[in-house]
Formats: sequence, C-alpha cells, structure tokens
Amino acid sequence: MNITLTVNGETVTADVLPRTHLVDFLREHLELTGSHLGCEHGVCGACTIRLDGAIVRGCLVLAVQADGGVVETIEGLSDSGEIADLQAAFIARNALQCGFCTPGMLMAAQDLLLHNATPTREEIREHISGNYCRCTGYQAIVDAVETTAKQRARAQ
Amino acid sequence: MKASAFDYVRAKSLPEALDLLARHGEAAKLLAGGQSLLPALNLRLSAPEILIDISHLPELRGISTTATSLRIGALTRHVELQNAALVAEHAPVLTQAIGHVAHAAIRSRGTIGGSLANADPAAELPACALALHARIVMQSPRGERVIAADDFFTGLFATALLPDEILTAVEINLAQPGDVHGFGELARRSGDYAIVGLAAQGRVQNGKLAALRLGYFSIGTKATLATKAAAILTAGGGIEAAAAALADDLEPHDDLQADAATRLHLARVLLRRVISGMMPSLKAAA
Amino acid sequence: MSLSPTDLPNSYIGRTVPRPNLARLTEGRGLYVSDLTLPRMVHVAFLRSPYAHAEIRSIDTSAAENMPGVVRIVTGEQMQAFCTPWVGVLAHLKGLKSAPQHPMAVGRVRWQGEPVVAVLATSRALAEDAAEHILVDYSELPAVVDVLAALDPSKPVIHDGLGDNLAFERRLDAGHVDAAFAEADHVIEQSFTFGRHTGVTLEARSIVADWNKAEARLTVHLGTQAPHMMQNIIAMHLGLEEPQVRILCHDVGGSFGIKVHVYADDMAVAALARMAGRPVKYVADRLESFVADIHARDHVVHGRIAVKNSGEITAFEIDDLTGIGPYSMYPRTSAVEANQIVNLVGGQYACPNYRARARVVFQNKAMMSQYRGVGHPIATSVTEGLVDLAAARIGMDPLEIRRRNLVADDAYPCASASGLRFEAMSHHASLNKLLGMMDYAGLRTEQAALRAKGIYRGIGFASFIEITNPGPAFYGVGGARISAQDGAAVRLDATGAVIVQSSITEQGQGSEAVIAQVTATAMGVPLDRVRVILGDTDNTPYGGGTWASRGAGIGGEAAWQAGRALRSNILTLAGTILQARPETLDIRAGVVVDAEDGRERLPLSELARIAYFRPDTLPCDFQSELMATRHFVPREYPFAFTNGIQASYLEVDTDTGFTRLLRHWVVEDCGTVINPQLVDEQIRGGVVQGLGAALFEHCQYDAQGQMINANMADYLVPMAGEMPDIDVAHVVSPTLESVIGAKGAGEAGTAGAAACVVNAVNDALSPFWVVISEIPMTPALILRALGRG
Repeated sequence: MNITLTVNGETVTADVLPRTHLVDFLREHLELTGSHLGCEHGVCGACTIRLDGAIVRGCLVLAVQADGGVVETIEGLSDSGEIADLQAAFIARNALQCGFCTPGMLMAAQDLLLHNATPTREEIREHISGNYCRCTGYQAIVDAVETTAKQRARAQ
Repeated sequence: MKASAFDYVRAKSLPEALDLLARHGEAAKLLAGGQSLLPALNLRLSAPEILIDISHLPELRGISTTATSLRIGALTRHVELQNAALVAEHAPVLTQAIGHVAHAAIRSRGTIGGSLANADPAAELPACALALHARIVMQSPRGERVIAADDFFTGLFATALLPDEILTAVEINLAQPGDVHGFGELARRSGDYAIVGLAAQGRVQNGKLAALRLGYFSIGTKATLATKAAAILTAGGGIEAAAAALADDLEPHDDLQADAATRLHLARVLLRRVISGMMPSLKAAA
Repeated sequence: MSLSPTDLPNSYIGRTVPRPNLARLTEGRGLYVSDLTLPRMVHVAFLRSPYAHAEIRSIDTSAAENMPGVVRIVTGEQMQAFCTPWVGVLAHLKGLKSAPQHPMAVGRVRWQGEPVVAVLATSRALAEDAAEHILVDYSELPAVVDVLAALDPSKPVIHDGLGDNLAFERRLDAGHVDAAFAEADHVIEQSFTFGRHTGVTLEARSIVADWNKAEARLTVHLGTQAPHMMQNIIAMHLGLEEPQVRILCHDVGGSFGIKVHVYADDMAVAALARMAGRPVKYVADRLESFVADIHARDHVVHGRIAVKNSGEITAFEIDDLTGIGPYSMYPRTSAVEANQIVNLVGGQYACPNYRARARVVFQNKAMMSQYRGVGHPIATSVTEGLVDLAAARIGMDPLEIRRRNLVADDAYPCASASGLRFEAMSHHASLNKLLGMMDYAGLRTEQAALRAKGIYRGIGFASFIEITNPGPAFYGVGGARISAQDGAAVRLDATGAVIVQSSITEQGQGSEAVIAQVTATAMGVPLDRVRVILGDTDNTPYGGGTWASRGAGIGGEAAWQAGRALRSNILTLAGTILQARPETLDIRAGVVVDAEDGRERLPLSELARIAYFRPDTLPCDFQSELMATRHFVPREYPFAFTNGIQASYLEVDTDTGFTRLLRHWVVEDCGTVINPQLVDEQIRGGVVQGLGAALFEHCQYDAQGQMINANMADYLVPMAGEMPDIDVAHVVSPTLESVIGAKGAGEAGTAGAAACVVNAVNDALSPFWVVISEIPMTPALILRALGRG
C-alpha cells in the first residue's frame, strides 16, 4: 500500500505491506534505527515514538495507520534540539548504560515534561513506568528528568 | 515475531465501514486504537484476512451531553477520557479508572469503544460501564441498537455485538446530586492488569448509600456486577456481610497471579477499602 | 600513607567524567547488531520445539520450501555436516557430565524452545510465514521438570548415555561441623527456594554472520561479552582456523551474563551463513528470548546454622539442589552457580565449621547458566537468612549478631572455611558506614509507631562477599580457552592524540570511559584526547572480555601498564628532542613539561610531528616507539574478593500481600573507585535486578515443562514505579595485585538485594510469627504465609 506521511519534518512516500508496523517501517524503510524493538507486544516501551503529537508504542501502530500522519523519532528530536537539555542531563547523570531503552525513555520523559512542567519524583516514575530499563535501576533517569524540569522552570 | 499478512482498508464513513464489515464478515477485524489487536497480530495469536480501520469515522467521535445523558463516542481515546471535563463531571469513576489503564503511550491510542468491544475480563472500562449503568450503542445495516452494559458483556472476550455490528458510543446518565463513586485495583506494577479491581458507583440519599453498583474486573471470565453485596450495603447490612456475599456474586478464577481463594480475599479487601472511601461513616461502623 | 602512582595531580582516576559514547546513544545513533543491514542479507526464523521432551519422527519442509521469499530450509540433521556438537564440561569441576549438544535438535528435543528447523528468507516475516508450514511429527515423551523428580529413578533419563540426571555433585566439609552443632545453644534450620528467572536484556540476542567465500573468512557481528572466546569456538565447531573468524561487537543492548554463552541458535546462524554463502541475520524475538536465553537460579537450599547464646555463630551447613535444563551450557558450564554457592556461604563470617553439598541435575526446561551475580544472591540469601533466624532465636538485634561474627577488618589476609583466600575486606567499616547513612534507630522508632497503627514496615540487612577479577581459576584451569588475561595497546597518533585498543568489551558498564580515564591518567593527557577501540578480534589485543566484574580491574590495569609504557617511550623521545634526561620530564595535560617546575617544553602534537614526519632530525641510532602493548592478569590471588552490606526498608500490606519498597542502602568496597558515578550506577542497576528477583521475576513452568509466562506481560520485570531510591557509599580497600588497585563492582548490587528484602519482609511480618524464605515473594505467597486469602 502507498502511504504518505511526515517523518521528522520530511514528507515521505512509501509502499508498505499492511502488516508492517511503524517501527519496522522507520527502521527498515527509512533506516531510522534509533527507535528500537524490545518486545513487539507493547510492553517494554523501547519503540516509543511520537505520532501526531502524542507518544505511542511504535510496535502497536501499523505504518498504514500513520498514512497522513506526523511522526517524530529520536533522530528528529535530536536534530531539532528540542530535547538537547534532557539528553545532556541523561549524559551528565549516566542515566543510560547500554542505551537501548534510551530513545524511548527520552520520548516518554519529554512527553511528561510537556504536560507537567514540575513533576514530582513519583510522577516521573509513574510516567516512565511503561518503559523498561534493565541497566540503571531507574534512579539516574528519574534524577535526570527531575534536573531537566528544574532547569526549564528556572529558564522560564 | 512479525504479524501474518493481511489486507487493510480505511473506512471513511460509518456506512462504508458497515458495508465492509458485512462484505468480509468473520475474515475481518475492526481496527480502532489497536492496542489489544496489534499485540495479538504481532504474536500471531490473531490472523485476520483484512483489517477495517474505523479510527477515522467522524460519527464515532466526540463527548457530548443531552438533557439526560453523557454520550461518549466509541473512538474517544483513553487520554481524551482522562482529560475530559464532561467525563470528570458526570462519570468521575471513569476519570479515576483510566489512570490505571496501561501507560501514557497506550492511553494515547486505546479507545473506549475498543476496550468495551474487546471485553477483556481484566480491563477497567467494562467494569466501569457496569458500575455506571452505561448503555452501549451499536450500529448495523439494520440500524441502531442500544443495550444496557449489564447485557453487553456475555463472556470471556465475548459481547452482545453481532458480527455485522459496530459499537459507536456509550451513554451514561448525567450525574445527580449525591452521586458517589470509588475505584480500586491491585496491580503488581503500575499499569499492569490488576489481580482484581473494583469500580463502584452509588448515591448518598439521606445519609445512606443507595443505587450502589459494584463492577468487578479481573475476577472470573468477564466484568461482573456484585449485586448481592451491593444489595446488602444499600440495605444497611454492613461491609462485612457484603464482603461475605461476594462469594455468591463472583466466580473467581485461578491464574499465574493468584488462585481463586486469594482473588476472592482480595476482592473483599477492595470492597472494604473502596466502600470506606465512598462512605467514611461505614468504615467507622465496621 | 604514600601517594600511589594513581594519585597524580591531573588524575582522572576517582573522578566522575561523562562516558564518551553516550551522546551517540542518546541521539538514537548507536549501532546495535539489530540495526545492521548488509548487502544480500537474509533473515532466519527458527521453528522451535513446542514440547519439553519428544522424539522427532519426521520433518516435512516441502510446503514451506515453495513459500515466497524462502532461500533455504535447514534441519538439525542437515546441519550436522557444517557444525560439530559440543559438551559443556570443565575438567576442574570434577565429575561434571553433559551430553553433546547440536546447534539444532537431532532426533530428540529436550526443552520447549529448542531450535528444530531454520528457515532462511528475504525477510523475517516471510521466514516466519514459511516456518508455519513446516510439519514436524513429534512423539511426546514424559518430561522431567521438577528438580527433585530429576533424581527419582522412576523418572526418565534425559540423556540415555549418561545413566542418570545428576550432572554434578560437590561436597565440602571444613572444620568440625558435627561437634559445632552438638555444642551449639541453638540450631536453626530453614529451606530456601529461589525461583528461576532470566536476564531479559532489552535488546534480545542478535547476530549477523557473513561468510566471505573469496576470503574464506567468517565475520560475525555479535553482541557478546567475550569476542575471543566466540572466535575460538565458532572456528572450532565450523571447522575453520581461528584467523578465519572475526568477531565484531558493536553497541550491545544489555548483557548481564546472558551474552557470554555459546547459544545453539547463534552457532546455527554461523553455520547457516557458511551454508548460504551470504549474510544471515537473526534477532531473537521476545518470546524466543524467554525460552532460548539462559535462565538463572532455580535452587532449593536446605540450610542449618549453629549459634551460641552469646551470638557466636559456630557452624553453617547447606544442601543445594539446582536444575539446569537438559545440557550444561557451553563452554562455561552450568555447574558454576552451585559451585559458587558452596564456595560463598558463610564467607563473610569468621566461622570455621562449614559443610556443604550441591547437586546439579538435568531437566527438560530452558538451560541455566551464569547470570549477573552467579551464585551470590543465593549464598547471601541463605547465609543472611540463617543469621537473621539465629538472631531472632537468641533475641539479638540483627546488626549486633553481624558485628559479633563478621570477619574483623584487621584479620587479612585470611581464608574462609571453604578455602577462599581474602586479601583485604572491610565488613565492619562498611557496616558502620551503612549505619551512618540510614538512621537505624530512627527507623526502628518509626517502625514501632506505625506497627501500633497496623502498618507493617520492616528493616533487613545483608552482608555479602563478591568474587571479582577472576584469574584462570575460573575457566582456564578447567581447559576452556577463555582468556584470564587482558591486553591494551596504546598509541600516540600523528596529532598527539591517543588511541587505546583493549580486549575488554562494553555493554553499558562504562568500559570505554574507564579505559580512557586510566590511560589518560597513566600518560598525562587530557581525557578528550583518548579514543578507545573495543570489541573487534582483528583490532584489539587478545583477552577475556567483560564478565565476572573483571573489566576495570584486569583490563583497566593492562591499560594503565600500556599507558605508562608509552609515556616512558614518549619521554625518551622527548629527552632526545629536548636534549634532556627523560627522568627530568613529565607529561601533563598533553604537554611534555619539566617535572620539577611544570614548565611547558613540548606539546605532544609537536613531538608526534617530529617522530612521524621528521625522524631525519633525530639521531641516526634512535627509533621512536609510539605504541606500547601490555597485558595483565592477577597472579597472587585467584580472585579479588570485595565485600559490602545492603539494607532495605519496606512496607508490607498484610491485607493484600503487596510489598512497597521505601528505601535501599548499599555500602560496598571495590577497592580503588575509578569513576564514582559509574560504580554507583553499577550498584544501583544490580540492586534493581536483585529486587526484581525478590519480588517479581519468575520463569514459571507447568508440569509438562511449558514455560507459561514467556512474554513481557506475564514475566514481570522491575519497572520505575515500584523501585525505590538507592543510596550508595563506598569503603576503599585497594587490591595490591595491581597498580590501580581496582576490584569489580558489577555483582555487588545483585548479590545482596534480594537477601535484605526477604529479611526486611520477615522483619515486617515478625508480629505474625511468619518466616518467608522463597522468592519471588508475590502477594499470593505472602498472603498464604499469613494464612489469609
């Protein structure tokens, strides 16, 4: 099937099989390999991306469903600078080890900060509770998100 | 694991969707938010020949009120439900429950119609629909049909929907003075399916609990109203008597999380906690 | 105390500096094997056994052969000509037996998930489509699932040729155990059950194997902890010479021991690449990971402790029984965890009387082998569980009984009852530091106040020892070609920048950062002038890799030695250029300076320019050497033991059985801390893996040997919402085996976390006279113990 969508600001037209989910499409058709697959059944959060402004599980959306939609991935958010401060906080706090969960984690964290500028640690933990990280034990991630929220609040 | 091959068609209107459904029958699956269907496809637990994407049907969208009812379009996403002022006003148990449904990245896609039609016994929304005495609105080539939630959930992942019907909306009576609600669930991790959960809706009249409906989920094969327990409570029989009656109301099952006896125990714990939260005076009496 | 060579004025050792590879990973620009696409690459899907134990009567692939996109279909039988089987035994684990294991089942399947047929196709989806059309006729056999049943003579023998299902047995008897029990004031017994769990690396195991016929060379892109080990093994079983195999390890999405083993499906992919003559990619899907990755633990331990009324612990005795699946894992075996438990129990206490037995049995479940903390969580849980029971029996505070029995900080060097040799540890200093962090008295007051309101909180402790920096005693002495030494090659490039090639690998621990920090310090150059190359058998020295908490301690020391050697070469060259004696010079911040006053003499960029482009200006008899290679292995002690103590504060809802973790504390001693942040995060990550085991994680099997929760919705990993904040602190007892003095820290968190959580739950439930000694402690388990529900 032919689909046309916007990915990281660029218009993309492609011929995809209906069964191809959005992250396979991004990874295999567009070679945007920053979005990862950890379970492909919607539990681990590694495939978290933004579709039409909201975070979604990329493995639980078909590419054909995104026809006409606006997709943003970790590559797009990196290039635009939207989450540069959050990324810097993750690096400074070593809030990633193997880094496999990180793109999805950053997507979820930024989603929280857009909706709740001053989250408590509990709210941060709750919001990222659908994103599995095997390495860090989460505390460094919570710290990095909290730090970014405070920095943004001060910059306001 | 990758999904088996299937065709996909995006319906542009409700009549077109109904026509497609009539044409493809059992070979088709309706796709709305896809948050239960996609995992099943990816795991090859479901292999339809065609998906009919109904997520763009304007007729199934929107939250509105009439003189007597709150109408929630079937395509209302969980996040919209969570943030809707009308829902918070007229069906706050839904607002409270929805925060327990999975995670933000799933609530952004999942729909109320999809959740009700899927009739997962562990899902929150069917039990809320029971507690709220909701009416389920369905459309078929023969026209619209409305049935009470009580009659809608017929078994494990089974509903009163006919093969050619599409769930289009949920209707709930507008809130009345004195309405009270409660919600509780016991999930191992935030966003997990609960071991057992309870959505409760009632009304305080003359200092007493009336019109109480206790919708249990994750216990038995479908969302279940605990009618005897509710009757005992509204008759002033007390929480412990009501908790005892849950043995008659519920048919707990065994699974990886808990056996039937543990489940019934936890259903009783939830009853005490939820009812005490709704009616602090009952807690004092207990 | 004299200054060690690592206390240089511009030292990066002991400093938190960010890891050089993180910017890439935060921007989604990592390169994991699962990201890799090669020209003409095909994908493999494995048809796996649906039975735990069955004869394969026939396999009919004819319908699948004609499916779209199918390139080749290969059965286990057909693969035999391309890959020889292996046997997972080690000579020093006396009596350990196992049977030959093939990359794919031949004749009989022995666990649910064993690969049976491989389908190569142009996409993974098409390979899976075709796999659905393969007909395998199985004749199901009775499965041996339960560990006790494995030893029942009436149950089937899993490998006919082995006689029985007992893979390994070890006994140990030290001191005077019978006398100690006879003379004790109290003897307490308890059985402990440890559920099976598994690694659940977020990136599943992934491999791309590429056979280049013209070069007669196999390049394997593999997320592995041990590239040279894999090179050796793939070459050996595919009938190649080692130089014909190159292992490339890019970014790895988590490992924790899961990716240090030789898996049947990986070997099959290597063989398939050779058979197909084109690149073959395999990425395990999550359901496969649950039945094809190694599992860990699955122990039942009966323990006894002898104690005097004074609090003196006078004897430990344990009997461990563990099930490892149908084969001992290759090449590290599946007997090591049980062996470690025998070694470790009671090792933190000055108690000379110790008896142990460990039995390791075959069963028809997924294979079990080394995963983070190998044996430690079990040894710690049994030891610390028994110690708490002893304390409760004699009415002594759990901290007090530990104070009275932990090996004294001035007792080193010394040995444990099991014969472990300890160079230096700090149990008492660690315990004291822990007390300073957690306000023990305040928590006890709070606990008592809340208990009066029907809120049950508990405090639990676990002291532990940890094996790190293993030398050849682990594997080499048993005949495995797994390097105990590691190497580093350091060179100065023509701009004065430094490139380090190290044989250790990175899976997120921070190996790259640690090697860079050590090298920069050894040489006196700024950190950003050091680039580190890891994970390539063509381009790194020969070495063991990153496992068993050895990367920093062994690989780091090799980098230190190589960096110092290169520094010396540079100063010789600088002396020649500057006509100064090398010993009067130093390198600071990338500049050759006068050692005396720090006056800048020659930037390294200028020195390199002269060396590489104008050697004509140097004396005829002088040749500069701007690359140095060194290797290191500890020689004095077979392992560098570390120690620590953890504490947990939690609340048990006695109506629901739910446990809420409130706070967790860790003090550990890994010797010199190279990068405090990285060590702390290793500890935290390890703790949470232990907390997962304590409360959530469990590979559940039915009586037929089917894993019934093999997906991420039903297998519960720890998520952010339920995990506590974890306070970490250190005591520093450097090892004198190396200059840098670093020991490992990777196991410490996992070693003690579950033990102190169990102890805390039991402390919370003490008013109910309940003792729980099984993990995971699910709500159902706790309710059952309380007699509720």
